[in-house]
Amino acid sequence: MRTSFVFSEVVTGLRRNVTMTIAMILTTAISLGLLGGGLLVVRMVDKMQANYAGKLEVSVLLTNDVSANDKDCTQQPCSGLRSALEQTSGVESVVFQNRDDGFERFKRIFEAQPELLKLARPEAIPATFRVKLEDPERTDVIRQAFEGKPGVKAVDDQGKFLERFFEGLNGLRDVALILALIQAFAALLLISNTIQVSAFTRRVEVGIMRLVGATRWYTQLPFLIEAVVAGIIGSVTAVGGLVLFKAFFLDRITRNLTESGIIPPTGYLDILIVSPWLFLVAIVISATTGYVTLRLYVRL
Amino acid sequence: MIRLEHVSKVYKTSTRPALDDVSVEMEKGEFVFLIGPSGSGKSTFLRLLLREEVPTRGRVYVSNFDVAKMSRRRVPRLRQSIGCVFQDFRLLPTKTVAENVAFALEVIGKPRNTIVKVVPEVLQLVGLDGKEDRFPTELSGGEQQRVAIARAFVNRPLVLIADEPTGNLDPDTSQDIMLLLERINRTGTTVIMATHDHGIVDSMRRRVVELSYGKVVRDDARGVYGVGR
Ligand SMILES: Nc1ncnc2c1ncn2[C@@H]1O[C@H](COP(=O)(O)OP(=O)(O)O)[C@@H](O)[C@H]1O
Ligand SMILES: [Mg+2]
Repeated sequence: MRTSFVFSEVVTGLRRNVTMTIAMILTTAISLGLLGGGLLVVRMVDKMQANYAGKLEVSVLLTNDVSANDKDCTQQPCSGLRSALEQTSGVESVVFQNRDDGFERFKRIFEAQPELLKLARPEAIPATFRVKLEDPERTDVIRQAFEGKPGVKAVDDQGKFLERFFEGLNGLRDVALILALIQAFAALLLISNTIQVSAFTRRVEVGIMRLVGATRWYTQLPFLIEAVVAGIIGSVTAVGGLVLFKAFFLDRITRNLTESGIIPPTGYLDILIVSPWLFLVAIVISATTGYVTLRLYVRL
Repeated sequence: MIRLEHVSKVYKTSTRPALDDVSVEMEKGEFVFLIGPSGSGKSTFLRLLLREEVPTRGRVYVSNFDVAKMSRRRVPRLRQSIGCVFQDFRLLPTKTVAENVAFALEVIGKPRNTIVKVVPEVLQLVGLDGKEDRFPTELSGGEQQRVAIARAFVNRPLVLIADEPTGNLDPDTSQDIMLLLERINRTGTTVIMATHDHGIVDSMRRRVVELSYGKVVRDDARGVYGVGR
């Protein structure tokens, strides 16, 4: 196989259909970009789940009365609640956090948002038992036993909150993947169409090739490589798009959440890890589409 | 070398057979004219040899290829041993004379050093040395046909097929092309030429196979185009 020949054919082919080639590359890039975005969300959720797995807590919030008057949890009902919690089976540790500690913690989390801090008063923060469970899933036990007891204002379950948060993220991922799929379909049609046009504009050349006894490989490979090259350029564009999206958009809107440790930051490393998949998908899809198109629609 | 046994070809879109029970044999090194009016089946005959069409009935042999029965995968091998020339030259307008000839070798995977050696040789043979860097539009019809012949012959085929190669040329130029085909024939290459040019057939005195409505109606070893035409 003369590679120089095949590649000069590919370059001529791509240049001959510049507008189609650009459309094909852009559609592929958008599709892959969305796919990449979806994969980044998947990675983020995975990281978060790993992050929180050992740290999930149930918070037992105490009433205003207790919060204001029993700073060290020495009186009833606070001390009674503490020992009851400690004796509940499945509880690993119980930490008492009074109103002042809670306010400090709040200030730390939201230090990036001074407007919010200005509005906050320590009186709004209840004293809290932070309960760590051996099995973070079994939060219902605490809720059932302590909700409504004297001195208890509410039982706050981080797990439930996180679950809803993950549901939101997974929804985002699904939307990205569905859009990616629709775009991929458009990309597929464009690739197929480009190959057909390309084969038509080169019919004289291909006719001569067939006549002088070129094998199927020689007549079809340029078209196939043309599609794959466009796919690869598309995936490079998509990766570039993801980098720009991270640098100029994602970092800005998620800075507060990442700095306070609520969601893990998406790094360039994440994009680097996702991009080989985008290349692979681009190559597989363009090669398959190319091959099927040549088989079904182009008589070479 | 070439043998057709009871070959019929009926195209899907027509009822009348383009070839009707044709049996004919051609030896290695022969020069054969295939004559007959337009629509008599000459091009169909040649396309069957190239496996551009398959016969509806009968068998076709070229060299040691069972053309009608062979698998698609082997068709390139068959075509590499046959050279083709047409009335309309079929050159690539974006390539020079030398590139057009080299193209035929490139696409069958011949190595570069072979190509740079044999292309000038064949251009010399057809009398185009000095014009290798011209584009087809910068050549006369006769010169373009020489390029096409060079391309057909550069891989030293066993058979050269020419479908009305002089159809677009004036009589003098046609005569030059015939001399070139004769020279190629003298190298041992079988030449089969479809034509309805009386003058050429009559002056060459070669074997003549005449088709009429898809049937072989005459096969003369040293024929003329025909009487009363
Ligand atoms: N591809 C085709 N499809 C249908 N009919 C064809 C095709 N090619 C040739 N024919 C018909 O077959 C007959 C023989 O044609 P052809 O072999 O081209 O004759 P010639 O070359 O002698 O003019 C004609 O009637 C023609 O219309
Ligand atoms: Mg014809």
